[in-house]
Amino acid sequence: MELVNKKPSGLVDVKMHYCPGCGHGIVHRLIAEVMDELGIRERTVGIAPVGCAVFADDYFNCDMIQGPHGRGPAIATGIKRSQPDCIVFSYQGDGDLASIGMAETIHSAARSENITIIFINNAIYGMTGGQMAPTTLLGQPASTCPTGRDAKVNGYPIKVCELLAQLEGARYLERTSVSSAQGVIKTKRAVKKAFQNQVEGKGFSLVEILSMCPTNWGMNSLQGVKFVDEKMMPIYPLGVFRSTEQEGGQR
Amino acid sequence: MGEKILMKGNEALAEGAVLAGCRFFSGYPITPQNEVPEYMSWRLPEAGGTFIQAESEVSAINMLYGAAATGIRTMTSSSSPGISLKQEGISYCAGADLPIFFANVVRGGPGLGNIAASQGDYNQSVKGGGHGDYHTIVLAPNSVDEMGNFPKKCYELAEKYRMPAMILADGILGQMMEPVEFKFQPVDPANLKKPDWSLGNAAGRKKRIVRSYDLREGELEKMNWARAKKFQEIEDREVQFEEKNINDAQLVLVAYGTSSRIAAAAMKMARDKGIKVGLFRPITLWPFPKKQLAKLAQRVKNFLVVEMSQGQFVDDVRLAIGGTAQVDLYARPAGIPSGEEVFAVVEKLYQSIKPAKAVKKVEKVKPAKKAKSPKKAKPTRKLKPVKKKTVKIKTAKKATRKGGRR
Repeated sequence: MELVNKKPSGLVDVKMHYCPGCGHGIVHRLIAEVMDELGIRERTVGIAPVGCAVFADDYFNCDMIQGPHGRGPAIATGIKRSQPDCIVFSYQGDGDLASIGMAETIHSAARSENITIIFINNAIYGMTGGQMAPTTLLGQPASTCPTGRDAKVNGYPIKVCELLAQLEGARYLERTSVSSAQGVIKTKRAVKKAFQNQVEGKGFSLVEILSMCPTNWGMNSLQGVKFVDEKMMPIYPLGVFRSTEQEGGQR
Repeated sequence: MGEKILMKGNEALAEGAVLAGCRFFSGYPITPQNEVPEYMSWRLPEAGGTFIQAESEVSAINMLYGAAATGIRTMTSSSSPGISLKQEGISYCAGADLPIFFANVVRGGPGLGNIAASQGDYNQSVKGGGHGDYHTIVLAPNSVDEMGNFPKKCYELAEKYRMPAMILADGILGQMMEPVEFKFQPVDPANLKKPDWSLGNAAGRKKRIVRSYDLREGELEKMNWARAKKFQEIEDREVQFEEKNINDAQLVLVAYGTSSRIAAAAMKMARDKGIKVGLFRPITLWPFPKKQLAKLAQRVKNFLVVEMSQGQFVDDVRLAIGGTAQVDLYARPAGIPSGEEVFAVVEKLYQSIKPAKAVKKVEKVKPAKKAKSPKKAKPTRKLKPVKKKTVKIKTAKKATRKGGRR
């Protein structure tokens, strides 16, 4: 019997450590499928962040490097500029990308580095145990804001796509979600575009993916999915914020 | 090669790196090292390499981390506060066993300090620098010529041992102009062997991972022990130093970098007056020439350390000598001494050690332990453990090299 739906070659056949109901596993698979479909796996270098996805260097079946917290875009810049034939992606969470690594995020976009960033926004610090993230919603409790994020004390959630959309160098920005089958399909399309752009030398591409963290949200898997749809989406609307067709083009 | 060119230290440093095969530089402006990125910004593209002005030192070192992981020769440079910012990234490079090369053109500190020369970053450089258990190979040039010729040495050592190597310079060495002769054939990066750990182009091989972590029980300790073994090897094999007028010296000046030039000037003044002064200059600050200094201290009983910091370098000298000789210190933290100034100290000290000659005779009768009697009690306070150390030095004798590697 032929196996029709097999594991993409871009994933190593190991057990992942992610919690039930987490979105990371889904996004990992999408990236792996895209690497296979574009035939780029052997020339791809991925960057694992600090955070829940730190072990992604064991999961993706391509060359991987794990670096300091938030510095993925700088590492990606170093790799891409010295090996322009490589396809380089940086996989980052919200604390990594939008808090400690914000400068690297903005400046790699401003330089329009020809790299791909996959940004998982689950509005919480996962690996360290549920602290407030730069993307935590107002009123959302976290272990460092137990009564909920208060704008007066903690400020407002950062909308990464909207922020980066101001930059000419940001060639492709899209926000999707993996909270539904439809969302997963759309996310894959966006991830593919973000890699395709790099293959074509179009410059900085980032996909922000709204994802579930039921463990640190104190919910079950189903409630987690609902939280993305009902609470996160109104604050973080899905859509394309910048596209290569808009302006620019070849770098 | 073979031609002398008048260059600024910072430019010689940059050119030396390019000639040694560097094809990637990322950095951030800071005085007094700005000539390095400025030079690289046109020179590297000319040589087919990449120059990036990063948004911060933090970003610059991480660009380097990525570029070095692809197996090419890379460089970054900065000055004190900027090097502090780079230390996390340097620690990652050490943890991931990546050979990187960087230079610290030291300025006054702490904090923003000033923009003049200083040696205040000695401890940071030789004791690891960032977090965790590691060392960086540290070369300390004392001329523009060495600024130009040391990058190649750094690359070779960094690659041989898969670890960061650095040049510890200062504002004077960076800013002054002197003739430089690049004493090596320019390295064509195409002729360098691609290391078997480098990332990119995985066709036909298994995936590779560059990382500095290992959460498996006991594995990190194993890794650190392996590194400790490597560090020991480096301490045994790679020490470089320079000695001048040592043979008949009664007093030996110990200094590195710019201080060693000043000390050399003071030595000349002393010799002109018939004062028997020598100079011992470590070229590698890590590995530190411990055995060589200890050996020297078997004969010479008076040392004067000259450093442009509060007394950081002197600690390593005293550790090496282990209380078997008197080690005095002339320190100028964020100040630059003149030759005359150091000579005045030498002259005074030399007078005070004359009675030590009498002690020396006693020393011949009795074993060395009673020889270190002079006034200053500080470095020789604890005599008992010293005996043991003397024994240790003797066992280490075998490995002691006769001359410097320079």
